[in-house]
Amino acid sequence: MRNKLNMVQAINLALHQEMGNDDSVVAIGQDIGVNGGVFRVTEGLYEKYGESRVIDTPLAESGILGTSIGMAVAGLKPVAEMQFSGFSYLMFGQLEGHAARLRSRTQGAITVPLVVRMPYGGGVRALEHHSESREAIYGHTPGVKVVIPSTPSNARALLVSAIRDPDPVIFMEPKRSYRAFREEVSEEEQTMEIGKAQVVQEGTDLTVFAWGAMMRPTLQAVQEVQDQRGVSIELIDLLTISPLDGDTIAGSVEKTGRCVVIQEAPRSLGPASEIIATINDKALMYLEAPVRRVTGYDVATPYFGRENAYLPTSGRIHRAIEETLDF
Amino acid sequence: MIVNTCEQHAAGGKPAYELDLRERTFKISHLQILDEKGNLDAEREPNLSAEDLIKLYRTMVLARAVDDRLLKLQRQGRIGTFPLCTGQEAASCGPALAMTPKDWFVGSFRELAGRLLRGEPIENGFLVFNGYEEGNTFPGGERTLPISIIIGAQALHAVGIAYAMKIRGETDSAVVCFVGDGATSQGDFHEAMNFASVWQVPVVFVCANNQWAISLPREKQTHSQTLAQKAIAYDMPGIQVDGNDALAMYQATKEALDRARAGEGPTFIEGVTYRLMMHTTSDDPSRYQPPEQLEAWQGRDPLVRFKSYLEAKGIWNDKQQAAMEVEIKQEIEDAVKAFEAKTDFKPDTPFDHVFGTEVPKIEEQRAEFLHHLREESTDA
Repeated sequence: MRNKLNMVQAINLALHQEMGNDDSVVAIGQDIGVNGGVFRVTEGLYEKYGESRVIDTPLAESGILGTSIGMAVAGLKPVAEMQFSGFSYLMFGQLEGHAARLRSRTQGAITVPLVVRMPYGGGVRALEHHSESREAIYGHTPGVKVVIPSTPSNARALLVSAIRDPDPVIFMEPKRSYRAFREEVSEEEQTMEIGKAQVVQEGTDLTVFAWGAMMRPTLQAVQEVQDQRGVSIELIDLLTISPLDGDTIAGSVEKTGRCVVIQEAPRSLGPASEIIATINDKALMYLEAPVRRVTGYDVATPYFGRENAYLPTSGRIHRAIEETLDF
Repeated sequence: MIVNTCEQHAAGGKPAYELDLRERTFKISHLQILDEKGNLDAEREPNLSAEDLIKLYRTMVLARAVDDRLLKLQRQGRIGTFPLCTGQEAASCGPALAMTPKDWFVGSFRELAGRLLRGEPIENGFLVFNGYEEGNTFPGGERTLPISIIIGAQALHAVGIAYAMKIRGETDSAVVCFVGDGATSQGDFHEAMNFASVWQVPVVFVCANNQWAISLPREKQTHSQTLAQKAIAYDMPGIQVDGNDALAMYQATKEALDRARAGEGPTFIEGVTYRLMMHTTSDDPSRYQPPEQLEAWQGRDPLVRFKSYLEAKGIWNDKQQAAMEVEIKQEIEDAVKAFEAKTDFKPDTPFDHVFGTEVPKIEEQRAEFLHHLREESTDA
């Protein structure tokens, strides 16, 4: 059976199914129980699995991750929610200091299989701290995987894989895409390999890399340029920010020789930089043009009055693709 | 013995709790069974076998001797930086003796004594403090977490483990979490106390109040007159214990563990003790520590009073003491030998334990790492 679901519903489906499949999976976070989460992502879990497995915590992000680490060490599989990624920095010490390191500290004797879900990103006219895109912070920590879905169906499948993964996974949900569109999502169990990018459409003249909420304006720009110029563009959805799928990145650029990277986050030291460094390491001699980046700027994410000017738009992406084709 | 630190009133229109902080009308119990001179409060003496008492004493002596040996090795450049536990043996071993193998031991970095009692081989500490993760695990140590260098972070792990126990209905086990006085300023410590209390999970916080967080004295760490009173805010039993009295530390932990296993939630124990040596081998306490304070605490040595107690009980004598000292010396020398003979550390082990799944970039970097090692050995 297939249903048309938005991303919130698709993630909710994954949580329901994994909690049903495995008694050791617990959901933990602020307002995720009775309230079903501020975005309703955890709706119905409390009623179905009860308060001991759907844990409404006191308001403390480090406490949420720190206790989740203990639960994971003791054999549970916590799926923690940070209400907004802008509040997640309070748990960073626990992530970097312990979740990411217990495996190496004990040479595999103690592991920390847990997921930290967090809505991230701009475009929803929200308060300060509710609009940032900071995947680079988490991607820089060895021992942590960072996954960013872009559609209801890949969000569902990737979350199932993240819950089953033996290591900590930061699962960043593009809140701008939460209810933006619906997609058919199968009731049947689905997983997707973490660490693999997805070729959304194949092409021969230029590659565009994007992820998360940037996939929608990117798709639009790619479509426009193709329609207007009759070129063939390869579009790759990164899906996993860390570890980056270097082979898919290099393989595509070897084929097309031209490349544009789209990143909502501030420009410097982010995944876009890492993609370009990967191309430099593995495919430099195939390039016909410099790699272009379309990114946020290295300024504080502005209050929402100015966010539309800050966020990469299909127009900016369109122009970057054309300039790279014309180089 | 542990009285609830809040004055509880009967129902009937009165407030459930009355706490006049201005007048400080709350009470913190202080437990001491064996005083500095070795005098016993016979009424409170725990019911421990001679075998357990000797194990407790022997481990305290062993821990101090290991500290001493480690310090010499460090000064000779044969081992790295390590934190000393001298003076705090009772605050660590008393609680460890109250635990069963099913209880989780979640330690700070200054719990060598308790870890030894828990069964960690002496060699492990040498390995860890000489820079090898291999010392963080040992057979039978499945419920002993490795040391946490980050102050107070482990308190949250303890609460999470206790939560897992609670929802699985494990009623024969609990968690003992060791922290120091410095940790009580950390957010993670307070979050752990709060979560533990809200969830009513089986965890016992044992705080070794050794009066110093490196150079910061306790009175600058907190304006509270006791650390135990911090439990009041979390509506949790809180007790102050003579941390140099191994019997009292044992007894307070035992009672807290019994309550925890019976589903009665967490406890906070402040063990008042003293760091008789430097914070770590890199520290120089003469810069900040008043010599008269050190001297006063040297007179309250946990080992001295415990030995007097065993002798007064008629289960310990000079001959046994001498034999034990020879044995311990040998044990430590054997451990030093075993540790120094261990040189076959695989250089690329860190690449084995980044993830539980195979990740191409990690394997690429491993190959590059090994290549460079080979190049460098050729250069040499």
